Amino acid sequence: MYTTELKDKSQKQAATPLSAEDPERLAAFEARVAADDFIEPKDWMPDAYRKTLVRQISQHAHSEIVGMLPEGNWITRAPSLRRKAVLLAKVQDEGGHGLYLYAAAETLGTSRDEMVEALHSGRAKYSTIFNYPTLTWADIGAIGWLVDGAAIMNQVPLQRTSYGPYARAMVRICKEESFHQRQGYEIMTTLAKGSAEQKRMAQDALDRWWWPSLMMFGPPDDNSPNSAQSMRWRIKRESNDEIRQRFVDATVPQAEAIGLSIPDADLKWNEARDAYDFGAIDWEEFYAVVRGEGPVAKERMAARVSAREDGRWVREAALAHAEKRAVRLAAE
Amino acid sequence: MSKEWPLWEVFIRAKNGLAHKHAGSVHAADARMALEAARDTYTRRMEGVSLWVVPSVSITASDPGEAEALFAPAQDKVYRHPTFYTVPDGVKNI
Amino acid sequence: MASLFDHAIRLGDDALILGQRLSEWAGHAPMLEIDLALSNIGLDLIGQATHFLKLAGEEEGKGRDADALAFRRDVLDFRNCLLVEQPNGDFAQTIARQFLFSNWQELLMTEIAAAPAPALSAIGAKAVKEVAYHARYASEWVVRLGDGTEESRARMVAGLDSMWRFVDELFDPADGAASLRPAWDARIADTLHAASLDVPKPRRAVTGGRRGHHSEHLGHLLTEMQFLQRAYPGVTW
Repeated sequence: MYTTELKDKSQKQAATPLSAEDPERLAAFEARVAADDFIEPKDWMPDAYRKTLVRQISQHAHSEIVGMLPEGNWITRAPSLRRKAVLLAKVQDEGGHGLYLYAAAETLGTSRDEMVEALHSGRAKYSTIFNYPTLTWADIGAIGWLVDGAAIMNQVPLQRTSYGPYARAMVRICKEESFHQRQGYEIMTTLAKGSAEQKRMAQDALDRWWWPSLMMFGPPDDNSPNSAQSMRWRIKRESNDEIRQRFVDATVPQAEAIGLSIPDADLKWNEARDAYDFGAIDWEEFYAVVRGEGPVAKERMAARVSAREDGRWVREAALAHAEKRAVRLAAE
Repeated sequence: MSKEWPLWEVFIRAKNGLAHKHAGSVHAADARMALEAARDTYTRRMEGVSLWVVPSVSITASDPGEAEALFAPAQDKVYRHPTFYTVPDGVKNI
Repeated sequence: MASLFDHAIRLGDDALILGQRLSEWAGHAPMLEIDLALSNIGLDLIGQATHFLKLAGEEEGKGRDADALAFRRDVLDFRNCLLVEQPNGDFAQTIARQFLFSNWQELLMTEIAAAPAPALSAIGAKAVKEVAYHARYASEWVVRLGDGTEESRARMVAGLDSMWRFVDELFDPADGAASLRPAWDARIADTLHAASLDVPKPRRAVTGGRRGHHSEHLGHLLTEMQFLQRAYPGVTW
């Protein structure tokens, strides 16, 4: 995903208001997007579109990278060779997905370093779900089943998002993630059918991950500040509440099939709506986690920051070596 | 902030007989590292049999503002396509 | 002469323990691209471990499968070399360990791939392609770090220095691997020369891994790796 101008001065400032954009170019842009045409890196785009994309894609990338940590926590303790290989491959995929997404965002004129810097300084956000701890092996099952299941529902529509590099990254990601949810559900199934201790582990993981998973779709539609504009620009293709409902409807029967119960007393099938009604989400908790008050938010950030700091000498050494070699080659 | 490793564009030949196709990009300090990063990132599921990596700064791209001037003139040159010509019914192998 | 079981268990344990060590890096590497690379090497090794341990279990004929061997043996029954159980340390130490081991493993797998035991040679033939890449990857990093900055050079020297004690064990005549030494020495010297590093001075070898006498590190590694199987015996995962 190619980029030419890494340093774009406009990135440092607030987005130009749409009213200040050239009306003719803006109209042409909006018409293209409305006609489902793709926007490519060098095309003219409103500053606010560029900034919204950088924010959304980099948040998505950060989520993949931070998301390696809760599952990474169990690779060394996976209970069989097969589970170990699968989990390592899955965590590796997440690193790859973060990489694709950073590259897509880089085409908009922001470097990976700048994005990572924004994450580490707390200016950039990542999915709230990764601020919860993985306590037992069943959490690995719950994450694959629920968190990846929710992520897939969010991501599938993004394969048709209006920004070409983002859409292409999402096509690759969706293809690769197809095994993630299945392996999680397989773990849950095995535990749910296992010993009493294993079943307890599985139910406890579902109890803890259910509500945070529902929060992954973002605030309710009537309280989602950027949604309308993003929908119009085809950066987002479906509303938070629509996707959340679809997730609930898909997941409840999966829980029933393996004998686990969803921790929601208000959950019941609504014949008239042809969908499940479900209980109120604790949005206060969601906003607290967004603010960085999640149970392991500090640990997650500390791990990322120390990986970066501890690796600095390695990155510097590789550049120094490349320069030395270039000088030697030039002298030959 | 110390300097970032340069960006490289990755092209993959899915199988012999096909051209290399753009797959994405990686950061690497040198060409060899870029090839290995491309291999480790983009061919984990048997996506390819050959890789190219090119420093992103080496790519010269056409300007979308000039797209009309560059590509529109080809639109009315229909005589470049075989369907432009009539052949009597029943004539084969042409 | 070592039996097929001894052979397979040794190869399986080497791959398992090093794969386990590399998987500790996931999410913590110096660069995203390196994270992916180390995971790939780890996955290759866990795959090899699975094949070799399965073979060992079949050869033993007591109904132990690869998981039983991996998760339900204690230190005294592990047969990996001491080199692979050494902690990751910094990236230079991880690379030093990989460099010394993968170059040896590539030579060994090449030999095994051509050996008369068909079960072993099939695994070796698959592994040789994987480990050739590991050796190349690690060797290139030895050059970058050795010939990078002053700091990286110092760390690379320290990494090699900390691992060098465990080299002789790889070539124990009792394992039939002594003949690989000259080719290995030449490879190592070539890369170190390109990195403008000296070959570490010979020193008193530390051995014992092949007889189940390990470093203190292995017990902790197993404690972590085997935790679930030990805490909940006899269930399916």
